[in-house]
Formats: sequence, C-alpha cells, structure tokens
Amino acid sequence: MRVGLFITCVNDTLYPRTGQAVVTLLERLGVQVAFPMAQSCCGQPQFNTGYRHLAEPLMRRYATAFQDVDHVVTPSGSCAAMIRDNYPRIAAKAAAEGRGDAMSEAAAGAVAKTHELTEFLVDILGVTDVGAYFPHTVTYHPTCHGLRVLRLGDRPLRLLEKVRGIELRELAGAEECCGFGGTFAVKNPAVSAAMGADKARALDDTGAAAVCAVDNSCLVHIGGTLARSGSAVRPVHIAEILASTEGSVL
Amino acid sequence: MPAFPRAAAVSTRDGGLRANLRHATHTIRAKRAAAVAELDDWERLRAAGAAIKDRTLRHLDHYLVRLEENVTRAGGTVHWAADAAEANRIVTDLVRATGEREVVKVKSMVTQEIGLNAALAEAGIRAYETDLAELIVQLGDDLPSHILVPAIHRNRGEIRDIFRDRMAQWGRPAPEGLTDRPADLAEAARLHLREKFLRSKVAISGANFMVAETGTLVVVESEGNGRMCLTLPETLISVVGIEKTVPTWQDLEVFLQLLPRSSTAERMNPYTSMWTGTTAEDGPRAFHLVLLDNGRTDTLADRVGRQALRCIRCSACLNVCPVYERAGGHAYGSPYPGPIGAILTPQLRGLISPLEESLPYASSLCGACYDACPVAIDIPEVLVHLRERVVEGGEVTVRGTRTVIKPARKHAAERALMRTAGWVLDHPAALRHGQRLAARTRRFHPRRLPGPGRTWTDSRELPEMPAESFRDWWARTRGGPTATRPREQAS
Repeated sequence: MRVGLFITCVNDTLYPRTGQAVVTLLERLGVQVAFPMAQSCCGQPQFNTGYRHLAEPLMRRYATAFQDVDHVVTPSGSCAAMIRDNYPRIAAKAAAEGRGDAMSEAAAGAVAKTHELTEFLVDILGVTDVGAYFPHTVTYHPTCHGLRVLRLGDRPLRLLEKVRGIELRELAGAEECCGFGGTFAVKNPAVSAAMGADKARALDDTGAAAVCAVDNSCLVHIGGTLARSGSAVRPVHIAEILASTEGSVL
Repeated sequence: MPAFPRAAAVSTRDGGLRANLRHATHTIRAKRAAAVAELDDWERLRAAGAAIKDRTLRHLDHYLVRLEENVTRAGGTVHWAADAAEANRIVTDLVRATGEREVVKVKSMVTQEIGLNAALAEAGIRAYETDLAELIVQLGDDLPSHILVPAIHRNRGEIRDIFRDRMAQWGRPAPEGLTDRPADLAEAARLHLREKFLRSKVAISGANFMVAETGTLVVVESEGNGRMCLTLPETLISVVGIEKTVPTWQDLEVFLQLLPRSSTAERMNPYTSMWTGTTAEDGPRAFHLVLLDNGRTDTLADRVGRQALRCIRCSACLNVCPVYERAGGHAYGSPYPGPIGAILTPQLRGLISPLEESLPYASSLCGACYDACPVAIDIPEVLVHLRERVVEGGEVTVRGTRTVIKPARKHAAERALMRTAGWVLDHPAALRHGQRLAARTRRFHPRRLPGPGRTWTDSRELPEMPAESFRDWWARTRGGPTATRPREQAS
C-alpha cells in the first residue's frame, strides 16, 4: 500500500507540527508515507470564492502529484471535501465548456483515493486505538465540511475515546459553524466574528484545556478568537493528540 | 439597500435582535429535528419532493398550459405577468373593477416580492394583512424578516406596544390595558381582524401549490385567517409564482408531509384550504389567478441555479443558518432572507447591484441549509456557482435572451491577488521561497494587519509563523529527490 501525504498549503506554511504528527502516527501504525514535493494547494480558496478557472491548474497538479500512490491522506476535512465534492464539479464544468474529458479523469482518480486522516485510520486501516496517550481535558469541534460533506460522523470521537489519559468534554452547539468559512471571515467580518465569539464562549464553558478538530483552518479562527478573549482553551489538531504517546507527550 | 456585509455589521451589533433571533431559531430548530426524526422515510420523501419538482420544472410549459385550461374550465380567469410591474397592474385593475377600496390579504411571499401593497396604496387601495405576524409588521411600519415568521425579530413587549399605539389607525383599537401575554395579544388581533374579514369584498392570496390536473390552488396555514379570506369575499385574486405548479393531487401527498414538518415542526398544518375556480352560492363569485414569472424562466435556464425553484418556502434553511441567526432577515434586502434568499434573490433580480452581488457571499458554506432543506436544494453548490458569476461574469439569461455579463467591478483587486496566489501555488519552488521569506522575517510580522487583513485582526489573533515549513522539515529529515536543506536550522 503506497500512501501519499497531502499536507495542504495552510498546514505546510503555518502548522508543520500537524504534518509531523501525521507522519509520526502513520509510521507508528506501520504505514510508509511518501511526500510528493510537487504538491501544493487543493484550490479550495479559489473555487469557493468564485475563481473556478484558477482552481483548475491546482486540481491537475494534485492529480499528477499523487498519481503513483494508492491512497492519499490529508489532515484536513475541508481540503478532502474540496477534492471529493468539488473536483467532479470542476471537471463537469470544464467538459461542458468543451474542454474534453482530461479533467474528468483527473478528478475521478483524485476522488477515489483521497481520505481525511480519521477516515483513513478508521476505514482503511481499521483501527480506533492508535496507541496514543494525552493526559489533558479535551473537547471536540466537528468542522462543517468534515461533518456535512465527508460525513465523518463519530470517527474522530471513536479515535479520541481510545486515547489513554484523555478526558473528553461535551461541547454545546458543537455542530454549529465556527464562522471561519475561508474568505467569508474577511468578506463578512462582523458575522464571522459574532459566530466565532459564540463558539469561543461555548468552548470556554466546557472548561477543557484544549479544543481539537480535523482542520487547522477552523482552528486558526477559533484559536485566534480564543486568544483575543484571553481564554485558556488551546487549539490543537487531532493528529497531534493521536500522535502523542507516553514517551513524547505534547 | 446596502450590500450584505454592511447591513449585517449593523444588525449583528443589535443585542436585542440577536437574542430574539437566537431564541426563536433554536426553539424551532429543535422542534423541527424531532418532527423529522419521527418519519423513517424522511430521506426518501425528500428525494421524492426534489424529483417531482425537477420533473415539473423541466416540463413547466406543459403543466402551466394544463393548469390554465383547468382553472378556466372551473370558472376562473388566468392572467400572465412577466414581471412585478405587470402583476401589480393586473391586480390593481382587477380590484378597481370591483369598485372596492380595500382588500384583505392572506400571507403571501410573492406579493411581498412584487411590492403589491405599495402599488395598491398608490392606486388608493388599502391592503390589510391578516396573518398575525404580517399584521405586526404592517402595523409597525416594518419589513418582514423571516419567510414563515415575518415578525421573528420582535418580542412580546414590542408587539404589545405596536398593537397599543397603532391598531386604532388601521381599524378597531387594541383593548384597554393590553398585556404582553400571547393569548391577550392573539385576542386583540382576532377582534381587530374580524371586522375586516366580515366587511371586505375582495381578497388577495398567494398559493403554496397549484395542481395542474384540476386547476386547484392550495394554501396551508396555521391561524385560519387564510380560510376566512378565501371563503368570505366576493372576489378572490391569487398571485402565484409559476414554479408552484405540481402535476397531480398524488404529488401533493409528498409536499403536505414535507412542508409542515420542515416549517412549523408540525405533523400536519392546522388549515389546508383548496379552491378550484368558482361555485355558485359558495365562496367567491369571481376568481382570478395571476401567474407570475418575474425572473423565474431566466432562473430555469441555468442548469445549476435552477434547483432554487424547487423551494417550497418552508424556511428550514433560515432556522439552521448561523449567518441568518446573527445578521437577521433585513440584511438580505429582500423578502427572501437567509440561505434560500442568498441564492434566489440574485437569480430572480439578476446581479444588478452591490447588494445582489454580495448575497452569494453571505454564507460560510457550512452546509446546514442543504441538510435541512426538504427538497434537497444544494444551496452551497448554488452559492459558489453564483460567486463564480460575480467574479468571472459569463453567460446568463435575461428576459429570455442569452447574454454575457461582465465580472463585478469591485473584485478587480481580489482577482489580481487570487491570480498571483494561484501562480505561486502552482509553482512549489516559488511557494517554498515565499514560505522561507515569511519564516525568516517572522519576528517583524505585525500583530495587527493593515489593509483588507485588518478585518481578520480586528477580532482575532494571528497564528504564529513557524521557523520551518513542513516541506522544509520533510526535506531536511527525510531527504528526497527535490529536497534541499534550508539555510537556517529549525528551532
């Protein structure tokens, strides 16, 4: 089984620790990880803001970079959702514009092999106990694209429940959007900030030391809002919890 | 109307409005979820609803002709209106012909859409809203802010004040010493409205459905005011969007399950009124149906956007939308607020001003609306599709003619930025160079950003820039064919 890691542009640039955690975790589970340097961004910011044509080269780049692997794993629910949900749409529109089926083939290949990290662990590797140890109180924020596009369901929680030392706290209104939404946070700052403030309040009420999610992009907004309000809750990507062991506690 | 972000920035600061909306939407949201969970075939019903609507829309020309034939055969008169102005003219002329100067109205979205009350007022005709929430809005000289609960932004105390201060100007005054108890408020409205039901000779309604095979119109409602309006007056004028057509009575069965559970979280709505043409000695003696296009055929021409026409106006998408909950309905600048408004308004009106151009962006694309929609309108898909039209322009249909629109002007800077970012992201070497530059200068990064980035740092801290990107870490620790060592060591 050849597994490629799609790190995503946000993680690559701002959260290398998440990527390092994914590598540590997968290798601990006996998976050999390849990291094609030709990879870049999935094209979600462009596509979701309306620049579909600018997402096309990035979609082609993704398909080419990962053409030699059996599975692609990515620590981002929204990037996985972009690939699975929107690559076929981009391909269909390109075909409708009379530009042939090359994009459709690229999309089909990409869609079939792309997995968000928790999906890969539970569905492909068939594990929920990844041997992790994390002695902190943690609450889980299910991100919108993980929840409603990928339908991750309770996979992340099943993984978290098996982590030794962890104490999970319920989050009120967990399924409500945090207000990030990519360029939404910049285009509609007032509503985004109001949503973020409500989410931060709910997180504070859990009394947890950390909030985890399958997406650093939601966490950058949540974490930024928490930090501004002086909250003690810290954002942490689920990969970092799952990679943590008694030998190397985060 | 200002663009959505500006209007929302004002309404979001209104603590009272936020509290009213939060309370109302969360209550109805929980009730709806329970009502839907009672049915084990909900997903199949939902798929059936979507399929019936899609099939009907594909052959709408055929079903509309059948509808017209059957309405006419039953003694009604059908009028066709291409746009709001034509519809208002037809209705105004019909009321004038009766010699009456006032009409009672059943709550109707489409008459809000065309601004009928204002058009009637200009012609010297007074229109009385008889739905409780519409009455509150009308007396308060206000605008509706929700499809199903137009006065959702008002609380009991505000409603009592509106009744006490304004009812006398419109008819029977509010009883002395009116309290804010719901039962007292309802009784005040009942007494006020009863006069109008018994006096009015003309009623104006919309319809939730029109059954083509018999020419029957259907209104579902909760208060009984609709049934009063539909049965007591001598003349009934129904203004209905052409997309409300269903082929047969059998199709209704699906929607009469989907609509009440999605909208009011009821298993069945309290009043279902159906009327077919005219009947001697029973109900209105004259019945007019005004079939309204007003951008619907143009919307139908768009393969992705047309699914918005499936909408049965249940407002489930509003009640689950986190953006609607904070911004309120007025910020959408249309009788159709919330997620459905964000895709319907720019399609019905066209991308004619900064407001319509901003609506497709009034969403975080969280997808809660799609999950809640009883006819499975993929609202996020249409939002992104319309965003593309805003920034890239492209082919659209305007009044039946294919035309090409230009990209919205104010997006020029954004487009340049997106293009540059796109180029960098498609050239990993350049991306890596940029990452290293950012990492090396990280101690000098400002805590607050200037320019468009300010909207980020106004309410959130920036993440800290790491000393080394993942790519560089991988190259340094794992090597690889394209790996090069970064000049500085990771901390």
